[in-house]
Amino acid sequence: MTPEAARDERTKETGSGEGPALPEDVRPRWTRKHLLGLEELSKDEIEVVLDTAERFREISTRSVKKVPALRGRVVVNLFFEASTRTRVSFGLAAQRLSADVVDFQKEGSSSEKGETLIDTAKNIEAMGVDVFVVRHEASGAPWNLARHLKTSVVNAGDGSHEHPTQGLLDIFTIRQAKGRVAGLEVAIVGDIAHSRVARSNIWGLLKLGAKVTVVGPSTLVPSRFRELGVAVSHDLDAVLPRVDVINMLRIQRERQAGMSFPSIREYSRLFGLTRARLKRAKPDISIMHPGPINRGVEIAPEVADGPSSLVLKQVESGLAVRMAVLYLVVGGKPAVRGAEDK
Amino acid sequence: MSERLLIEGGRVVDPARGVDGRLDVLIEDGQIRALAPGLGGKGEYARVIDARGLVVTPGLVDMHVHLREPGNEEEETIASGAAAAAAGGFTSVAAMPNTDPAVDNEAACEFQVNQGRRAAKARVYPIGAITKGRRGEELAEMGGMVRGGAVGFSDDGSPVRNAEVMRRGLLYAKMFDKVVIDHAEDPDLAGKGVMHAGLVSMILGLSGKSSASEEVMVARDITLAEITGARLHIAHVSTEGSVELVRGAKARGIKVTCEATPHHFSLTDEAVRSFDPNFKKNPPLRTGDDVQAILDGLKDGTVDAIASDHAPHSREAKEVEFQDAPNGVTGLETMVPVSYTRLVEERGLPLARLVELLSVGPAKILGIAGGSLAPGAPADVTVLDLETAHAIDVETFRSKSRNCPFRGWPVRGRAAFTLVGGRVVHELAAVAAPSAPQ
Repeated sequence: MTPEAARDERTKETGSGEGPALPEDVRPRWTRKHLLGLEELSKDEIEVVLDTAERFREISTRSVKKVPALRGRVVVNLFFEASTRTRVSFGLAAQRLSADVVDFQKEGSSSEKGETLIDTAKNIEAMGVDVFVVRHEASGAPWNLARHLKTSVVNAGDGSHEHPTQGLLDIFTIRQAKGRVAGLEVAIVGDIAHSRVARSNIWGLLKLGAKVTVVGPSTLVPSRFRELGVAVSHDLDAVLPRVDVINMLRIQRERQAGMSFPSIREYSRLFGLTRARLKRAKPDISIMHPGPINRGVEIAPEVADGPSSLVLKQVESGLAVRMAVLYLVVGGKPAVRGAEDK
Repeated sequence: MSERLLIEGGRVVDPARGVDGRLDVLIEDGQIRALAPGLGGKGEYARVIDARGLVVTPGLVDMHVHLREPGNEEEETIASGAAAAAAGGFTSVAAMPNTDPAVDNEAACEFQVNQGRRAAKARVYPIGAITKGRRGEELAEMGGMVRGGAVGFSDDGSPVRNAEVMRRGLLYAKMFDKVVIDHAEDPDLAGKGVMHAGLVSMILGLSGKSSASEEVMVARDITLAEITGARLHIAHVSTEGSVELVRGAKARGIKVTCEATPHHFSLTDEAVRSFDPNFKKNPPLRTGDDVQAILDGLKDGTVDAIASDHAPHSREAKEVEFQDAPNGVTGLETMVPVSYTRLVEERGLPLARLVELLSVGPAKILGIAGGSLAPGAPADVTVLDLETAHAIDVETFRSKSRNCPFRGWPVRGRAAFTLVGGRVVHELAAVAAPSAPQ
């Protein structure tokens, strides 16, 4: 079956009340044990996740929001960095798939506490775990874990490197709103240099055929990003009229201490999305923000809450995308693993 | 009665004297006595080393190692480091002063020299600190350190930030005709970088150290060497721009030399994509263009020495996230195979040039004995097996540490015999049986 035919097949309604009727051919098109980053995924693999998420989204509209897909499986949220929405989103996603969920939170880097990340994870793994969802301040931490563990690893954000489920949910949201991704003009605005959300969005959007422009001050948007195939701009007003989607990243106030820009006020004046500035945009522009929002800094409150905003849609999409990811990475494997095979 | 030892039937390569041919080497009372063909039948020998099919060179010199003693003996000691040197074919090593406490006084230098004598595996020469505590503020007592055995001065991983302190250090070291070794890095530009600043660091979201962070310091210190007339040596050049700066300075007659490491001419920042801390180094692994510039410099004479920057770290220290891991890779036991394979086999560098870079080149910079097989010289000799294909196996290392970026590499080239002062301190068979008496 060609990918196109497979997709048609998947979009047919099944009318089954048991749970999402998952397409038979998802398995051969998804063979990964981990989801670490979007750089390494193919276009086809990204579409498998989005299509699977499509089916799972429907579950959230039911009165009983649960399916037995991961019954008996254990998902551990291993968060070494503060996070509210990503952790809650993964937790709810796992619960809706009937998995058992354990939250593990630790402040600061593992090395400061004397135990290595690998030791921490191996100890938890020994209790029998199917998926680790990992958030860590160090770029590469999920890769390190994937190398040393037998369990599936899902990257929930590593340093400034990747945040693949955020990238996938942003793209899912765009596909929902616009009906397509290919050919769209997408701007990502903010601290691109330090943003894992930007990187995962760039990889995913480019693979699906969107045109991407990264926008922000020259100290936070290196011109070298052009080498990835995106356009680089330091002038938001020049970019606004041509974009279909604009993704406003959170500006981290602590970056200012690093002297990357003179003041929050100046940043806001140059790169903040205000109602006045929005008049330059296409009328059907979609506005996104991965949260949490600094209202009045990168985006004006009336814009964040306005009719063009997809911010809450993104949160909703996040649940469906994370259900799809958890389902795909553990699919087809024996339920009991861990302690006995060590 | 004097003890006589013969190395028979090998190809002798002694670039300092322009020798390259099949010769026997006669060693008597710890000194080179004669190089000639057909010495085998003449006289009684305590030992005859069969060097047929092997290459006989002056004892190799590694002018940049970290032996961790005093302070971090769990990672390396002078004894284990000297054993690693002997196993790697090195008869002399120069130990950097970034120990704990720093080697910044006469007693500390004497301690290292004495520990080296006790180990009796390789000659251990201290490099003293330029400033007290390597803090970059006040000059350390270089005169005392020279008495204690120091052969050069460096603040090593802590570059001297204050240009005036560096100027005085150069001028003061010149009084003793000692070289100042420069870990060239501008600490402000390098910032919190953990790898080379480039396309790969951008993709990985890791903070980078730009090439400029090295080059501005190389440029500054070349200028200071020029105005003081002192001898400056740039450690581990890693960028195309640094090689070019040294080339230009040499052309202008400034007394500057430089060294390159096997990892900087064999690996690029692409290796960091694995997030394996064994590829974390300072200066960082750079780009293919930088590797090419270093290879060109090795060939045309801009680079004067190959040095390992042997930097042992415990497994616990390295088994953390890339950004949290310490910098450094081991090198004493991989320098010969990686250099021979990369430079001679793959790039066609003449063998005599490689031997020069590993012996007389560094010996001259440090002003130490060795580097040549001239009759009357101490019998520091390395006998190399350049034929046998093997793979880098960290489990055979004499070093206490295993943080090696070349694990499993298919290579040729290894030390079959290492002799210090006419005494065999390493022979290949012993590698398989480390407890065998030597």
